[in-house]
Amino acid sequence: MPILENLWIILLLPLIGSAINGLFGSKWPNRIVTSVALGSTGLSFLCALEAVREFLANGQQPFRKEFFDWIVAYNDLRIGFDLQMDQLTVIMLLVVTGVGFLIHIYATGYMSHEGGYYRFFSYLNLFMFFMLILVLAANYVLLFVGWEGVGLCSYLLIGFYFLKKSASDAGKKAFIVNRIGDFGFMLGMFLLFRTFHSLDFQTVFAAAAQPSVAHEAMGQFGTLTVACLLLFVGATGKSAQIPLYVWLPDAMEGPTPVSALIHAATMVTAGVYMVARSHILFTHAPTAMYVVAIIGCATAFFAATIGLVQSDIKKVLAYSTVSQLGYMFLACGVGAFGAGIFHLMTHAFFKALLFLSAGSVIHAMGGEQDMWKMGGLSSKIKVTFACMLAGTIAITGFPPFAGFFSKDAILFGAYNSEPGGKILYGVGLLAAIFTSFYMFRLIYLTFFGPKHYDEHKVHVHESPKSMTVPLMILALLSLVGGWFALPSFWGGTNYFADFLAPIFGADEVVGAEAAAAHQLELILSGVAVAAALLGLIVAWRMYGKGAKEGTSTGLHKILYNKYYVDEIYQAAIVGPLVWLSTNVFWKVVDEGAIDGTVNGVAYGAEAVGDRVRQTQSGNTRSYAVWVVIGAILVFGIIFWPVLRPVFSGSVTGGVR
Amino acid sequence: MVPTTYYIVLSAILFGLGIVAFVFKRNIITLFMAIELMLNAVNLAFVAFSRALGKPNGEVFVLFVIVVAAAEAAVGLGIIILTARNRRSLNVERANLLKL
Amino acid sequence: MTASLVIFFVLAALAVLGAVSLILQRHPIHSALSLIVVMVALAGLYLLLGSEFVAAVQIIVYGGAIMVLFVFVIMLLNDGEEERTNFSKLATFAGIPLAVAIAGFIGAAILSSSSTLPAATANGSLTSSKTLSMLIFTDFVYPFELTSFLILVAILGAIVLAQREN
Repeated sequence: MPILENLWIILLLPLIGSAINGLFGSKWPNRIVTSVALGSTGLSFLCALEAVREFLANGQQPFRKEFFDWIVAYNDLRIGFDLQMDQLTVIMLLVVTGVGFLIHIYATGYMSHEGGYYRFFSYLNLFMFFMLILVLAANYVLLFVGWEGVGLCSYLLIGFYFLKKSASDAGKKAFIVNRIGDFGFMLGMFLLFRTFHSLDFQTVFAAAAQPSVAHEAMGQFGTLTVACLLLFVGATGKSAQIPLYVWLPDAMEGPTPVSALIHAATMVTAGVYMVARSHILFTHAPTAMYVVAIIGCATAFFAATIGLVQSDIKKVLAYSTVSQLGYMFLACGVGAFGAGIFHLMTHAFFKALLFLSAGSVIHAMGGEQDMWKMGGLSSKIKVTFACMLAGTIAITGFPPFAGFFSKDAILFGAYNSEPGGKILYGVGLLAAIFTSFYMFRLIYLTFFGPKHYDEHKVHVHESPKSMTVPLMILALLSLVGGWFALPSFWGGTNYFADFLAPIFGADEVVGAEAAAAHQLELILSGVAVAAALLGLIVAWRMYGKGAKEGTSTGLHKILYNKYYVDEIYQAAIVGPLVWLSTNVFWKVVDEGAIDGTVNGVAYGAEAVGDRVRQTQSGNTRSYAVWVVIGAILVFGIIFWPVLRPVFSGSVTGGVR
Repeated sequence: MVPTTYYIVLSAILFGLGIVAFVFKRNIITLFMAIELMLNAVNLAFVAFSRALGKPNGEVFVLFVIVVAAAEAAVGLGIIILTARNRRSLNVERANLLKL
Repeated sequence: MTASLVIFFVLAALAVLGAVSLILQRHPIHSALSLIVVMVALAGLYLLLGSEFVAAVQIIVYGGAIMVLFVFVIMLLNDGEEERTNFSKLATFAGIPLAVAIAGFIGAAILSSSSTLPAATANGSLTSSKTLSMLIFTDFVYPFELTSFLILVAILGAIVLAQREN
């Protein structure tokens, strides 16, 4: 049966797995839960492979199928359950199912001793379902369904250890901050619908590309710009950019596989995917693109600075994720959408690898996450060390690992962009230096130097095969993943860009084939490698031979406390809102007005009843009076037309 | 030649007096008599209209009213006799067991 | 001033005085006698209107049967003069104004339509019993039979009420 015709199978398998584990898993031993979870995800991955194979066999024709109408209203609102497959979807699909499957395998080892094992895998499979909806959707609303769904699963999984207050708070924070972004996304969708009267990708992109619509009200602040900016607000929420990144570091409260899957490889990339998917809209709104580039670049730098001084191993990786996502948005902002997606793919490989390795370290250290309490682990957990080192080399951008190619493409695209491309490039380069620094700092503090832990208390052991095998696979991918897009000056073919050319072709800012461009690219690549080396050396000098955790003062203190952004948000936004809700909406509106009205009605009914009761006096004479009053009323009503002339003084006819 | 209007006004006055009697008197038999007074006022109106319109239909209705009044008086007075024996008072204000 | 007008005013005054006396008398027997006066006056008015049959029925049935019944009951339940209780404030204050109101309403309604009333009455012709009985036994035979049934029910009711308790 052709999978491509039935793309929903890929979606349905994780959903079934989630449902089975969720409903029945609590009674089952871990083995069965594992087989259901891995089975559904693995089958989904195989179906995805098959779908990709069919797609390629069909000559890479973009495929779109409408399965059923979901919302049909008014004149032109038709939102259907439509799935599509094109080159961009292929990349995203394989990354999500492939890396997802590897992380599932890892999680069976990591979570084997945790309570709520079935619940974890139920949520994880549910996440896969929603992420796949997001990736396969053919219209904005269905994408938004997936968008919201992964937000929900993120909340559930971050707060997995829900008995721990910090974890449940982090889950709430993630969901609420995401919601703020989603509001922008929804407004963007509404605006798009109003402009194009449809939310299908096909229709909207075709309409946007036409000159008549594109230049109608465009310009600096046209409709398309506003819509794209609103959509980007949603992306900042989901993909943790300034100003809505604050949930991602807190999300490290969740188990490490969650951090790897959701907050590194897949969910946070949804924003990048959405921007890349809407590239036609963005290229027709240059202001919005510029904003995307600036925010991406700023976030890359900003998060890298915070990561320089963190002491929790997962927090370093979290800020690193924010920073790398900034690079992806920088790429999209300068028009190098292909480079952005490429970095998305390589980042999925090496960031998942880094997180899983960190998880392996934490597992080896019996739950310790503070790097200052580690040290000298390189000889104890060799496989983990090797994999983590591979991931670090990849992220810092040393060739021939994957990160070099992708980051290089982005920086090259930034350099060439107008206006201010050189500044963007410079800041991006600084961020690259910082990236190298903090990653190698992490390596030195964790794996080298003297032991800062008590040998007798902590029994350092290597992780089981279920955890190390995915690490090795991911390490391999981090090595070879970049070879899909060899830059032209090396004489290789950029398979990746060629693959995505049917989608981005018109807008891709690929390096021109001129020799001057080649030379520029060569120079920039060299500068990038030098920057990585610089970071490595400085880190070696400061931490290589063992260092002590000093007191935190001045700039260090500001960076360590993440520029106090959370505190600023709390004071400026959260605090006043809570005050408003308590004192105005609760006390005045809810208790005073609403309760007051309802209670007032009851009170009024009681009062009226009390008065009416007094007519029941038991006295016949007063009853007689009431009868007479009633008679007068009835008489008056019936004979009013006749009586009116009498009262207005024009009695006709008199006594004769 | 007495205009019809005079009869009607008289009927209205008698009806009003009947209502006054009904509201102000306390002896239950007197209340019944007030009801009879009201019925009679209405009868007068019927007959007057009947004469004015030239058709005897009004008078036929008067006959029926009288018959019904008779039946009603008979039964009502029977009830009064029974209840008066129990309560030993004909004062209608003493019958206030339904007071809340 | 024609004779009929004079007779009308005399009889009307008699009726009104009788009604007022009914209200003002303290002993119910006096009220009953006042009501008899009103009945007789009304009978006279019916005669003035030419309805001899109705006048006769009024005297015989109302005056001769119903009022006799009332008098008998008053004598049977010799309660004496009325008590001066006054438990209902509503009745005290609202009674007369309301009565005036209703009388006024009725009068007003009638007066305002008096232009459509045919001119006066008493052209000397009497309504014959023949006419009345023709009407009763043809057009109104159904209500007539019903009233006979009603009287039957009333008799039964009176008998049941008068039974001694066993």
